[in-house]
Amino acid sequence: MNKTIKIALPKGRLLAETAARLKEAGWGLDGYIASARLYRIKSRNFPGLSVKMFHERDIPIQVAIGNYDLGICGSDWIEELMVKYPGSALMKVGSLGYGKSALYAAVSPSEGMSTVEAVRERSGVVRIASEYPNLAEHFAVNLRLRRFGIFPLWGAAEAYPPESADLALLCGTEEELADCGLAPVAKVLGVSACLIANRNSWEAKDMKEIVASIYDKTTAREESELGVIEQYSGQRPRGLEVFPPGGDGDIVRLALPDGHQQSPTFDLLAKSGIGLDDYPSPTGNRRPTTDLAGMVIKVIRPQDMPLQVASGNFDLAITGRDWLCEHLYQFPTSPVKELVDLGSGRVKIVAVVSNDLPVADASDLRKFSTGRTVPLRVASEYVNIADKYARDNHLGLYRVVPTWGATEAFLPEDADLLIENTETGRTIARHNLKIIDMLFESTACLIGSSRRVASATKRDRINSIIQALQTGVKLN
Amino acid sequence: MKTQRCKGTRDLSPGEMELFRLIEGTFRDACLNWGYQEVRTPTLEYLHLFTSVGTLTPGMLGRVYSFLDWDGWSGERVVLRPDGTIPVARLYIGSLEKEKLAKLFYVANTFIFEATGEKTRERWQCGAELVGVSSPSADVELVMLVLEVLKQLKIDGVKLKLSHAGLIRVLLARLGLSSEEQARVFDRILDGNTRELAGLGLDRNELETLSSLLGLKGKSSAFVRGLKALLAPDLAGLQPFIDDLVSVAGLLEALGADYQIDLASVRDFEYYTGTIFQLFKGRDKVGGGGRYDALIPLMGGKDTPASGVALYLDRLMDMVRPESLVKSGAPRILVRAEPEAAKEGFSLVTRLHEAGYRAEFNLGAQAVSGFDWTLDVKGRAPKFILTNKAKKKFEAQNIEEVLKLLKR
Repeated sequence: MNKTIKIALPKGRLLAETAARLKEAGWGLDGYIASARLYRIKSRNFPGLSVKMFHERDIPIQVAIGNYDLGICGSDWIEELMVKYPGSALMKVGSLGYGKSALYAAVSPSEGMSTVEAVRERSGVVRIASEYPNLAEHFAVNLRLRRFGIFPLWGAAEAYPPESADLALLCGTEEELADCGLAPVAKVLGVSACLIANRNSWEAKDMKEIVASIYDKTTAREESELGVIEQYSGQRPRGLEVFPPGGDGDIVRLALPDGHQQSPTFDLLAKSGIGLDDYPSPTGNRRPTTDLAGMVIKVIRPQDMPLQVASGNFDLAITGRDWLCEHLYQFPTSPVKELVDLGSGRVKIVAVVSNDLPVADASDLRKFSTGRTVPLRVASEYVNIADKYARDNHLGLYRVVPTWGATEAFLPEDADLLIENTETGRTIARHNLKIIDMLFESTACLIGSSRRVASATKRDRINSIIQALQTGVKLN
Repeated sequence: MKTQRCKGTRDLSPGEMELFRLIEGTFRDACLNWGYQEVRTPTLEYLHLFTSVGTLTPGMLGRVYSFLDWDGWSGERVVLRPDGTIPVARLYIGSLEKEKLAKLFYVANTFIFEATGEKTRERWQCGAELVGVSSPSADVELVMLVLEVLKQLKIDGVKLKLSHAGLIRVLLARLGLSSEEQARVFDRILDGNTRELAGLGLDRNELETLSSLLGLKGKSSAFVRGLKALLAPDLAGLQPFIDDLVSVAGLLEALGADYQIDLASVRDFEYYTGTIFQLFKGRDKVGGGGRYDALIPLMGGKDTPASGVALYLDRLMDMVRPESLVKSGAPRILVRAEPEAAKEGFSLVTRLHEAGYRAEFNLGAQAVSGFDWTLDVKGRAPKFILTNKAKKKFEAQNIEEVLKLLKR
């Protein structure tokens, strides 16, 4: 029996403190640093320990499905999984006492909702935006909201209230919320870094020594349990310029991408004659202004844009065709459509396997998947594209494992097939992987809704933005 | 590869299906006799139908099968029906609201997650809803209806327990709990956690009052009158509820129904406002129901009183004895055609069905012993040979002669 103990460690917000704790515990991990390009690390002092770095959100999933015996991540991501799947093999060993923050339900006080009561009394659908859709649902049900809709997000939840959502469920401190113009109405969960384990490994493997080196049961104190919702009466945070209400005015609402798409987007808009102020923003401002009359702008994740356009929160958005496809595969009758191909950010969406696998193309893959008794693990950021690919190719028993970036590091041990994007294919080759199929090509595009716009002024404005961008693309 | 059944689901074998249909048929017949009309609602409903305040507890909503529909980009979910009553209330509001009195019944499956997968996550229930009447007689009628069904199914020893949701709510309010706390305490009671009441920060006296009331069990309407005396100083708010319970209990007693009052015997559903009744066989709950006057207005309908009851089909299937099954009276005939006479064989089977017989075409694997007659069809004369259970043979030249012989 393989007695290697596998542990998943977080990148991102918990990395520095986790690294310090593990150094203190004498693990001797050399490569566990923020700039690491290799995600597999060996421990000098525990030779039986196999370490891999993940996006924090991947860790509970990886431990629950048994790819890893142990993991360290924030309790927010643990509860996000456990609240939906209480019967999973994920087990919380305990809090490690650092990385403290809290998960809040927050509103923008400009809407006149500053307490939980006010939210509950609201008529119509309460829109909740969150990176934690399961916790958001749990919160809504326990708050006994009559009607709610949940927007699952990749990020930037703080940018949604009040125009694009009534409530945001997000992690941070009260000061951080106030900086974004938000006020908490409830504390949903106290968050800290936690040690987690796979229940079956916990019973089958001897992990005492490793666990004891970082976790002391006697000094550990539990954070507030999920289920007891602490209520706040929201204090007024700093003022915030918000959009005019409703989707039915004359104002065009445009979503622009954050992250590495910002500078090509800025350039293109400049060439199209649309000037922007504070985009990309050095201070993280998500509401840049424009010299174009009748348009307001918000900066959100490109992944989240198609859903936001579909639900009528935005009229136009600049995202990638990959994310548009991902959305349309989930919601085939969605009104969202591509308006202009902006030509930049060209990537291929490909199916990838390990070089060691005797699979050269899709038909080999189908043969490889038939008659399996363990599911073929398909890892992807694009869960709907991946699922459709598996269905279209009649892969027998398969399971889509959602990931949050750096998917190439999943092969070969934590997945069998990836659905990934690639610009040059170099990253894929470097990881000893091969492309066996190309699904489609994706570029940046302007998306909009096929729903009729009531206001003639707004229709004209939308059309002139489309035309300006078409001109800009030609100049680009 | 072994194809496995989904965890927490069950198949119904032919034998089980026979039991299922027997129970369903008995229930349908009884409902039709009492003047109820059958309805069927979709398996898929909007989740918000069930999230409205006062319908299902958060504990139950945390176990529903909900998902985003193919056009669910607004983030609102749909759900596999977790309950039978709420969809029928929706149907009433949507298309029957003109009716002053609606007596409806249904046989439907409901879906609720159960972690171990040992119990079924898909459950069948036979339900009846009486919309538009607020009198205790309506509650009694529903109880009599299900007792009649159980009697016809020869399931005896069923215990009826009565409680009253209005009474419990007033008691909780009297303990000085905020509406928030009341809702939480009531949820706990509904989720069956009366013992956890201790952790709710009530003072000792309050706790004692509450648990002694919830612990009270009695057998007659005289008991309710006793309860009335016990609560005399606080009676004002309780009066109508106690009167209500006394009327229902009194009428049931007069009808000879065996019941027990047990105030803590409320579970699962939160929409009840009045009398709650539950049926137990041993420790198994086989059915239950109650009055839910607030549900229809809460769902956006007019202010309409209603009550309902349901029997749990899966539980009953374990209790009905197969020997109590009523066999269909028509004789069973096995038609064995020689290969060259297959056409005649099939025509004969059709004719026999038209004449009211249960006839099967022999496919080579049927056991002759289960049939009242076997009928051989040959390519040449004599074309038809009938054999009865006593192995006595009769010959016939055409189908008319066969029918004549069978009639004899």
